[in-house]
Amino acid sequence: MELVVARPEGLYCPPGDFYIDPWRQVERAVITHGHGDHARTGHSHYLAAAAGEGILRKRLGEDINLLTLEYGEVINHHGVKLSLHPAGHVLGSAQVRLEYKGEVWVASGDYKVEPDGTCAPFESVRCHTFITESTFGLPIYKWQPQGEIFADINQWWQSNADNNRASVLFCYSFGKAQRLLSGLNPHIGPILVHGAVEPLNKVYREAGVNLPATQYVSEMQDKSQIGKSIVLAPPSAQGTHWIKRFGDYSDAFASGWMQLRGTRRRRGVDRGFIMSDHADWPGLQTAIQATGAERVFVTHGQVHPMVRWLCEQGLDAQGFVTEYGEEAAEAETDLSPESSESSQMTETALPPEAGLPPETEGSEQMNIAKATV
Amino acid sequence: MKAFADLYSRLDATTSSNAKLAALRDYFLLASPADAAWAVYFLAGGRPRQLVPTKLLRELTLTVASLPEWLFEESYHSVGDLAETMALLLPESAHTSEEGLATWIENKLLPLRGLAPDVLTLQLTPLLQQLDQRSKLVCIKLITGSFRVGVSKLLVTRALSAVAEIDAKRIAQRLVGYTDLSARPTAEHYLRLIAPLNEEGDERSEGQPYPFFLAHPLQLPTDEFETAIGSPQDWLVEWKWDGIRAQLVKRDGQLWVWSRGEELVTDRFPELNVLAEALPDGTVIDGELVVWKHAPAPDVEVDPEKIKDQIADQPAPQRTQGQVQPFALLQQRIGRKTLTAKILENLPVVILAYDLLEWQGEDWREQPQSARRAQLEKVVLTCDRPQLQLSPLVTGNSWQDLDRQREASRSLGVEGFMLKRKDAQYGIGRTKDVGVWWKWKIEPYTADAVLIYAQTGHGRRASLYTDYTFAVWDSAQGNPDRKLVPFAKAYSGLTDAEMREVDAIIRKTTVEKFGPVRSVKPTLVFELGFEGISLSGRHKSGIAVRFPRMLRWRQDKPVAEADTLQTLQALLPQVSRPEPKEEAALP
Ligand SMILES: [Zn+2]
Ligand SMILES: [Zn+2]
Repeated sequence: MELVVARPEGLYCPPGDFYIDPWRQVERAVITHGHGDHARTGHSHYLAAAAGEGILRKRLGEDINLLTLEYGEVINHHGVKLSLHPAGHVLGSAQVRLEYKGEVWVASGDYKVEPDGTCAPFESVRCHTFITESTFGLPIYKWQPQGEIFADINQWWQSNADNNRASVLFCYSFGKAQRLLSGLNPHIGPILVHGAVEPLNKVYREAGVNLPATQYVSEMQDKSQIGKSIVLAPPSAQGTHWIKRFGDYSDAFASGWMQLRGTRRRRGVDRGFIMSDHADWPGLQTAIQATGAERVFVTHGQVHPMVRWLCEQGLDAQGFVTEYGEEAAEAETDLSPESSESSQMTETALPPEAGLPPETEGSEQMNIAKATV
Repeated sequence: MKAFADLYSRLDATTSSNAKLAALRDYFLLASPADAAWAVYFLAGGRPRQLVPTKLLRELTLTVASLPEWLFEESYHSVGDLAETMALLLPESAHTSEEGLATWIENKLLPLRGLAPDVLTLQLTPLLQQLDQRSKLVCIKLITGSFRVGVSKLLVTRALSAVAEIDAKRIAQRLVGYTDLSARPTAEHYLRLIAPLNEEGDERSEGQPYPFFLAHPLQLPTDEFETAIGSPQDWLVEWKWDGIRAQLVKRDGQLWVWSRGEELVTDRFPELNVLAEALPDGTVIDGELVVWKHAPAPDVEVDPEKIKDQIADQPAPQRTQGQVQPFALLQQRIGRKTLTAKILENLPVVILAYDLLEWQGEDWREQPQSARRAQLEKVVLTCDRPQLQLSPLVTGNSWQDLDRQREASRSLGVEGFMLKRKDAQYGIGRTKDVGVWWKWKIEPYTADAVLIYAQTGHGRRASLYTDYTFAVWDSAQGNPDRKLVPFAKAYSGLTDAEMREVDAIIRKTTVEKFGPVRSVKPTLVFELGFEGISLSGRHKSGIAVRFPRMLRWRQDKPVAEADTLQTLQALLPQVSRPEPKEEAALP
């Protein structure tokens, strides 16, 4: 029996009559996590992990009709036993385990296997059928351990501070920003945040996550400290008036997409730090294997290569068409609060691009320097 | 190797010239002269021939990473850069090699050339394992000949100038010819680059040419010329030749020919060797290499005085002794590994001289253009060899008059005019401080073509479809069976916004994917501009165009109204093709 099928509204559980992360308005929605392409407004009933309650209310409205479950807590809905398990993606992110007549399915939502200290670490759940994401589902994506990345970031910050230059670190305001904060060395200088980031820091702190002290630039007493500071801002702040106050700053972007030189350069920042809250290729493979599932459905990201690869590994794999962050999306899915009202399905979060002059390599017909005087 | 890889990532990561300059300076200050010698070589555009076939590296990657080929292709498609794809797919390894760039290149990488595939794989695998991912990327780029990094030669020059504390112009001069393939960069070469200033003589040792002075495009309506640059009386006007810019250096009884790419090309033009005897030592001539159709031998002895009259008369190109041939023919010659007697006979090359940079061992670059020209005319006349011809001057009463004469460009096989101020010195590169050269080019050829294939770009455009193949119809409208035949590839000319829009349409109208290439439903029409057009056995359409680029997106034009092959064929120059068929086919 199919416990989850793809419907135009979203992934649907027929015996339980509810949806998981639907993109159209439905009666009952189980929400894996608060990112904009998974948690949308307008459903009548929400069910989510207790750890994510603050985030969901912050982003979807305080008055949503929300029922929460502790991780591992089981409820029975129309005979379907449902429980939520940590996905290690962002605060409150969950995998949805469904059990019906001895059949077990797990829908992963978005997940990351490396623990990071700002949310409950990913937990492998055995199942017959696993629905996996595939955002970074190509073998070119392999992450460094986060300790090394933090060391790089702190070193970059330190060397800018030594030159009295502010360090502007662009990152998604929910999840990535807090994870970065948790790894910053506050002894280097003040940590400033953009208005889109701080409300989420508050939710994290209220949930008991330990983050270093942050402040708004407007609250800063001693403006001479700007050159020592690091600034966390969403990518949408790139090129705005707000960012200009940091003067001749050095900037960086933290995202899994920074793995590719092409995307890194298209961002037009000084540095790209490869840090993702999604599983890398080895992470996806180990996670899938650990479930013991024989059937795998692949959602957003590299659906085709992942399906083909898993089939070649002897699994029964197929793709699910979803409206989660799609192939062309350049950015990790995220809706920062200032744009959460928008009705867009996904946010690519690509800021107006830095100049992209055509490259000047010789055309294929020409391989000797032409007589251009 | 690691230091060089780190330099590469620093250069690659930024678009700021100052940051690049700082990175270069930091590197040169710490690098050993031997490493720095190679670094300058690569950064200034030097590229040794491919050491390892890409195919072999691909296979090695598949084996080492245990991946199926299709997954490699998918990955390549996402990355858009082959070396980067391989570096990302190969298993990560800790960086264990302490050896510098020079040791890597000379002792480890250069010896790989020409090895049998199995031996090569055996040797290369452990080499790559000694490198971290960044160094792997750089190493793969070096051995596949695909190393490119966004620094101009000028920037390298400035960095060296800062390190050596010597004027950048002097460094530029020393750097000329540095990337020439025939010499292997050594510590000594590098030390010579940054050596303290010595007496003048040092700077012109051996066949060292001067940095080329480059022209700027003049894009103004003709009636604004007078206000912008003054009267035509102040300018030398010449045809803008469609050949290869070159310097002839004659010193110590020897002749060197340098291309504008600062490559020593003497061997490729053996017919110019007669000039070694005919030109006195201490002569450097700037001019253009072109394939020449020599006029039939004159009945009577040509009186040098008469030629001089002709020069004074400012003859048009067709009135000199012969005629310039299309660039396509020169290109055929360049493509040859060996120059057969037949090629030399069918495609003879001459140099059309237009400037004199050194005379009797003296640097003439600070002399006014008119004085250099006058002396050049004497030199050419005295030399009296058909291989050395004067690039004739054109005169006109007004810019309008010259504009009318310029209309003959296409039929003469030239690209328009060059304007050189009579009082200008010979500058370095694109400088404008001691004089200016303008290129007053004719409008490009154009055609409305249909986009039929798209490929992702490279580097910063790796995730966008930015490289397109364009086609025209093989017959006129009304023929129900007519087909689109590809004839040009282009990847420049669109704005960022247009590029993204086109990218989205390509993704939506994809018919088939093959690796990084997609075929699309023909819906997009672009006006392409190109500089030259010639017959080609290599292209399905039978024609090849030069420097194709997108001039504009014809959103107003339906696909059915795109141009036809016949329209393109009508643009072909009316010249005989001396090439025998079997030789025309290049691999
Ligand atoms: Zn997410
Ligand atoms: Zn997602």
